[in-house]
Amino acid sequence: MATTRILEWLGRFYIVLLLAFLYLPIIIMALMSFNTSPFYQLPFEWTTDWYASLWQNDQLIAATWNSIEIAVITTIISTVLGVMASLALYRYEFRGKKFLQALLFPPIAIPWLITGTAMLIFFFGVGIGRGLVAILLGHVALALPYVIVVVSARLQTFAPELEEAARSLGANQWQVTIRVTLPWIMPGVIAGGLFAFAVSFDQFVVSYFLSTPGQTTLPVEIYAAIRKGFTPEINAVSTIIIVVSMALMLLTARFFKFGGEK
Amino acid sequence: MADQLAIGSRRGLRPALPLLLPAYLWLTVAIFLPLSAMVFFSFMTDLPLAGKEWSFTLGNYAAFFSQSLYSKLLLASLRLGLEVTLWCVVIGYPAAYVLAKVLKGRSREAIFLLVILPFWSNGLVRIFSWAMVLREGGILDTALNAVLPFKINIDLMYSYPAVIIGLVHSYVPYMVLTCYLTLQAIDDSLIEAGRSLGASRRQVLWRVIVPLSMPGLIAGSALIFVPVVGSFMEPRILGGRTGTFYGTVIEDQFVAVFNWPLGAALSFILLAVVLIILALAAPVLRRAG
Repeated sequence: MATTRILEWLGRFYIVLLLAFLYLPIIIMALMSFNTSPFYQLPFEWTTDWYASLWQNDQLIAATWNSIEIAVITTIISTVLGVMASLALYRYEFRGKKFLQALLFPPIAIPWLITGTAMLIFFFGVGIGRGLVAILLGHVALALPYVIVVVSARLQTFAPELEEAARSLGANQWQVTIRVTLPWIMPGVIAGGLFAFAVSFDQFVVSYFLSTPGQTTLPVEIYAAIRKGFTPEINAVSTIIIVVSMALMLLTARFFKFGGEK
Repeated sequence: MADQLAIGSRRGLRPALPLLLPAYLWLTVAIFLPLSAMVFFSFMTDLPLAGKEWSFTLGNYAAFFSQSLYSKLLLASLRLGLEVTLWCVVIGYPAAYVLAKVLKGRSREAIFLLVILPFWSNGLVRIFSWAMVLREGGILDTALNAVLPFKINIDLMYSYPAVIIGLVHSYVPYMVLTCYLTLQAIDDSLIEAGRSLGASRRQVLWRVIVPLSMPGLIAGSALIFVPVVGSFMEPRILGGRTGTFYGTVIEDQFVAVFNWPLGAALSFILLAVVLIILALAAPVLRRAG
């Protein structure tokens, strides 16, 4: 039918508009980070000076290293703890299991403003205070539920008969886990780990409340810089961040389908 | 030995405990104890640090109810949440429909990924990129003046619309995602049956498609509304002086005014509001899986 055709093309056109809305600001920001004028004036003149001057900015570089370090440690800890918990939730039936699974949602669902300020109060009260340790404690807690959800989803596709077969052939629990179960759920584990890295690397709110002037992460440093005023340097570093985090998510998508499309 | 063979469904908490304990201990220390501590602190006159005098009080909550400023700001934040959610429905639902029912195969997969990809990238940086587009002499201003024959001044920066635009940009992928999942699950033959029985396109939309995709709409709305009510960074950057909301006041208590007990009380009130909303949406969320 002709109307159906027209409606379908309108639909496609609409998607293009939506994508433009989603990507235009990001693309403009990236372009401006290569523009000579510090006041974003046109005509556009190509330069990489702003990226070069990033290298001179010791504060930003220190914050970047902190971000990377914390994201890597968060990934390792939350992946290990998350895989262990997922295996337990998959293998065993016990009372209160539903409750334990429900407990995973508060860290995801409660606004980070509330979680962040609560952590600040508590860590201060027990003497941990602010700083990188506090940030790490917080990031792992925020990443853990994502890892457990992603790995559990992958475990749903695992046939328990495989573990049983391995056991009946004489493998012990440890060997079964390492040789049979882990290889099968590896795509889920990798996706969970990448998620954890992204959650930590992009985290702003919680880090903001838990950081001190010497011990901050890159997003917190950028926020401080934005509030002082715009500089093309922030464009440059923001462009790098957005490219890194989008690349990470593309990589994650390779290992984990975001629902649908079976 | 025989009873150990059925690995898939072994009973008992005891063997599971060593695997579960580390993760849940971590969550307790970094999420659940802090939330409890926040409730506790919200009833204090001052921080029990450095030998300061403190006692229990209801004063922090009294401040919320006696000074109309706080409840006004909470209402402003709730309104902001509502408006952003509505815009996300208006913009996101049609997109989800096209993705689920019009596009097919690889192009659907690729575009779906493109739509939700920004959602997983740094929110702060994306908000900042809007600042560049919206300010006077910014890209929108320059572009419109280059195209239009008359001179107009676009300076949306530091205004309420700027905050709305930034927040909708941040959260609309959520709505597309949840609606796409429920729309995709609707059997095409239901739609065809409706059409062949004489229903118009509009009737099929309102009587079949929208009701069946309600779980996705509600899930998406809850997932957007809750964080927007607690947002503070977006209003700060895009709203400037007009960007004072409930979230920014809480932020101030912790980083500028240092009235932590009041901040804790305000946070806890927000948490209560959020929990009520999530509880109302929970049955639907559970059904939506």
